[in-house]
Amino acid sequence: MASFWEYANPLKFMRTTDWLLPVVAWAAVIVTAVGLIWGFFFTPDDFRQGSTVKIIFLHVPSALMAINAWIMMLVASLIWLIRRHHVSALAAKAAAPVGVIMTLIGLITGAVWGQPMWGTWWAWDPRLTSFLILFLFYLGYIALWAAIDDPDTAADLTAVLCLVGSVFALLSRYAAFFWSQGLHQGASLSLAPGTRIDWAYKAPLYISMTGFGLIFLALVIAGTRTEIRARRMKALVARERMA
Amino acid sequence: MRALLLRDLRLALRAGGGFGLGLAFFLILAVLVPLGVGPEPDTLALIAPGILWVGALLACLLSLDRIFALDFEDGSLDLLATAPVPLEAVVSIKALAHWITTGLPLVLVSPVLGLLLFLPAEAYGWLILSLLLGTPALSVIGSFGAALTVGLKRGGLLLSLLVLPLYIPTLVFGAEVVSRGTQGLTVGTPLALLAGITAGAVALLPFASALVLRINLR
Amino acid sequence: MMPDLGRYFLEVTLAYGVSLGLLAVLALWVWLRGRAVRRALDEFENSRGKNG
Repeated sequence: MASFWEYANPLKFMRTTDWLLPVVAWAAVIVTAVGLIWGFFFTPDDFRQGSTVKIIFLHVPSALMAINAWIMMLVASLIWLIRRHHVSALAAKAAAPVGVIMTLIGLITGAVWGQPMWGTWWAWDPRLTSFLILFLFYLGYIALWAAIDDPDTAADLTAVLCLVGSVFALLSRYAAFFWSQGLHQGASLSLAPGTRIDWAYKAPLYISMTGFGLIFLALVIAGTRTEIRARRMKALVARERMA
Repeated sequence: MRALLLRDLRLALRAGGGFGLGLAFFLILAVLVPLGVGPEPDTLALIAPGILWVGALLACLLSLDRIFALDFEDGSLDLLATAPVPLEAVVSIKALAHWITTGLPLVLVSPVLGLLLFLPAEAYGWLILSLLLGTPALSVIGSFGAALTVGLKRGGLLLSLLVLPLYIPTLVFGAEVVSRGTQGLTVGTPLALLAGITAGAVALLPFASALVLRINLR
Repeated sequence: MMPDLGRYFLEVTLAYGVSLGLLAVLALWVWLRGRAVRRALDEFENSRGKNG
């Protein structure tokens, strides 16, 4: 009845993550703490932005992970659709809430930073707009997972939605840049990507980025373990009922 | 295939089929906006293209869940899935029927609503053209969303959460065509992009919709 | 101990507070849900193990 992959692969995953999860989790806490404490306490104020420059150590890593989480979901969905590895589908499911929170942190820190710098909490800048749109895509993805009872159907449908959604998310990003150009110059509001950043900021920034990456990894592993157990529980209950 | 199209059209036109609901919604929206924003012609003329496009979007959304839901309930979707006609074609035909009963009427009444919203005279052509090019994409994308949620008891709300983000590019380029056309700017780029999205969606999305339908019928 | 944040004190502490708060809520949610599912599964498997 049950195929080899259905049990062997999740079992192997569980066994590996038994020791890997605590390691990653502690590494995440330590690295993030180092990066943020360094960033918060031991960086100089920017001559133009004052102390608000310290928000960068939250803003950039969370924004980065918000996009990476979606890319990871896309890859995991593809693996699920092609190879039918259950762990892959469940990892995609576990990544979505983490991605939502990362997007939310990116948006909120951006708003708090934008208030003193641009004089407004929100601007319909293409970058901000495409992030808000990404947030909506995450919500739809999570809602679809939550709405379907059968786990395999849910995995299939959400995987297809993730693929189609990725295409449209990219189109929306392009559209946002196009649209905002048509109304005003967007570049004056956003940080130019080519700006030179001093190493006093770069070092803690890279550490926080690593820390956020580890946080993401730890939470996805933990979430995937939960989903595997929930899936097993569902299968056992179903078998009980059949017998 | 033609029989299927005619059947879907007939079902939609019959009383209770929901035909005209979208149109009525579109009209109500065009009445509500001036009531909320104020009657100044300048303000209304400024926002008219956006309002008309958003209205078309929402009106389209209203009738999406009917594309597959009724056929799913009475089992005819299972028959269609096992019929000699490929499911991809069935999905396309159903999207076409949805467009004929919802998108096309919206295009036809949009000039009247433009009148209500003081749309500048030079914008009418662009409005009709952009809606004509964009609404097929709305139907096709919507049928993908409808296929995703077909098995769900209360899929309506979820459907709008899934479909509306997918409508964003069409909305942006569609409204951009009208507002640029009104200002006398060149509209070539947004028009080409709008047409490109429609062409891509019409060509590719039926495969995704058919895949999703097969999963749901499994 | 506290660095001098100048006139942007509120903004910076708000950003750090909200972000860390959100991360904490997320981690707590993942952990609590994981614990609940693990306990339910353990219970289920134990009861089945005894019965047969």
